[in-house]
Amino acid sequence: MLKAITKSNLRTLSGLIQRFQSTLVVAEHNNDTLTPVTLSAITAASKLGGEVSCLIAGTDCAKVAEQLSQVEGVKKVLVAQHDVYKGMLPEELTPLILASQKQFNFTHICAGASAFGKNLLPRVASKLDVAPISDIIEIKSPDTFVRTIYAGNALSTVKCNEKVKVFTVRGTSFEPAKQGGSATSEQVSSATPVGISEWLEQNLTKNDRPELTSAKIVVSGGRGLKSAENFKLLYDLADKLNAAVGASRAAVDAGYVPNDMQVGQTGKIVAPELYIAVGISGAIQHLAGMKDSKTIVAINKDPEAPIFQVADFGLVADLFKAVPEMIDTLKK
Amino acid sequence: MTGRVLVGVKRVIDYAVKIRVKPDKTGVVTDGVKHSMNPFCEIAVEEAVRLKEKKLVKEVVAVSCGPQQVQETIRTALAMGADRGIHVEVSGKDYESLGPLQVSKILAALAKNEDASLIILGKQAIDDDCNQTGQMTAALLDWPQGTFASEVTFEGDKLKVVREIDGGLETIKINTPAVVTADLRLNTPRYATLPNIMKAKKKKIASVKPGDLGVDMSSRMEVLRVDEPPQRQAGMKVESVEELVAKLKEAGSI
Repeated sequence: MLKAITKSNLRTLSGLIQRFQSTLVVAEHNNDTLTPVTLSAITAASKLGGEVSCLIAGTDCAKVAEQLSQVEGVKKVLVAQHDVYKGMLPEELTPLILASQKQFNFTHICAGASAFGKNLLPRVASKLDVAPISDIIEIKSPDTFVRTIYAGNALSTVKCNEKVKVFTVRGTSFEPAKQGGSATSEQVSSATPVGISEWLEQNLTKNDRPELTSAKIVVSGGRGLKSAENFKLLYDLADKLNAAVGASRAAVDAGYVPNDMQVGQTGKIVAPELYIAVGISGAIQHLAGMKDSKTIVAINKDPEAPIFQVADFGLVADLFKAVPEMIDTLKK
Repeated sequence: MTGRVLVGVKRVIDYAVKIRVKPDKTGVVTDGVKHSMNPFCEIAVEEAVRLKEKKLVKEVVAVSCGPQQVQETIRTALAMGADRGIHVEVSGKDYESLGPLQVSKILAALAKNEDASLIILGKQAIDDDCNQTGQMTAALLDWPQGTFASEVTFEGDKLKVVREIDGGLETIKINTPAVVTADLRLNTPRYATLPNIMKAKKKKIASVKPGDLGVDMSSRMEVLRVDEPPQRQAGMKVESVEELVAKLKEAGSI
């Protein structure tokens, strides 16, 4: 009896707490579409139980605001359109987020753990005098989160007793939020330009393959590829599989591929259905970026390579023979 | 020529060590484990020293927060070419809960005391993998930030920073004073030569306490537990490409 009362009291109490919870997701976009990691951050925000709002700032927000308002779980879209948000500089976005925070008193502020989110959120947290939490992979409760440390070799469960919880979300750990919402949209006041930084230009690596962090299949090459020209082998294989192409740090440092293709602790974290590591030894640093892949395949001529310890299917073979053979087999 | 550069350096478990989680799940084993300077901090030191060699800055000051042992890390920075060091003494409970929030407050206070015009840090420490301190320090000082930098050039009193972003590279121009965090490709750090290591022993390391800087070390973040990540099931070796493709088709992967 006593137990039952306590339990129901608790439920009412936690219901009350949840009602007072509200989360702001800072949306990342390119003036045309939302990044997939933002959709994962919305899913994470929905798990907190409270109301989810999204802030979209930029020079041209109409299209993305429209997309956001149709995402399931989003209650309110805050739109801040101004030329000062060109390049989404953290110096300009931070005052905007602080102003929104002052107006709506969010209990949680989050974003995807992309280069954008990692650049911005710690600056916001510092201004709120709270310790942020990076790259969470699980939400245990509104104040308890799990994240990886030591290049993914340990899981740390942290309890955050800050008045506002500021965190970034690992995209591969949360499903992207689906369509089917109907959020209201509201303009928010633009802060005065800070003017201490200026965005000059972007040089994006162009290709027609799927984006690395959200691809279903990833084919990655390492030092074993021996040259930039040889990477063509992997592009051919990737095209057969409709896969994205990644690389180890060794391949990037050797100049075979641009560095935004790097998978690892210091590059991108991927968790595709299938990860094919070709000519990659499997250093700790690299494993940190791909060991949550569903199926891992390793093709390496060194049977002692550490990559074989995490591979579901390992083939000890010369990649220069095995990869063309694989392309042929897939053609059949 | 701008004035003084502060470089933050962190002592971490060496990047090549396979870490072990403590049986009581309170953290990872650090006793008797090889430690060295965080690789991203080495790159930060190298960049600062290069700026000094190009006569773009006058003085390079290396800072580290932690127990007595972090003096070795500062010594390494001095051997690489930093002019002097500051050891911010943090030990015991305060060291266990030392995080980016506290470190950024310390760095911001030092930047003011030392009248620094540039702070260079690594983009992240390879132990806590936070990637926060630089951004937080910039915020406290209201300075602009050039994070994940792969190229830094002075243009008058401004800095042009090429940043590594998800889709490629981006170039920004920021006012000084500023905070820059180094990505792996900013430079290749030099090895300290024996004569430089000997010379570094004569360089000064000042010791200060967070209290002297007016920094409150309390933390509202609690680590409840540290676990081993789930281990992957042992896989199998296949004999041929055909078998590999067949297995993948069977598993529905392709």
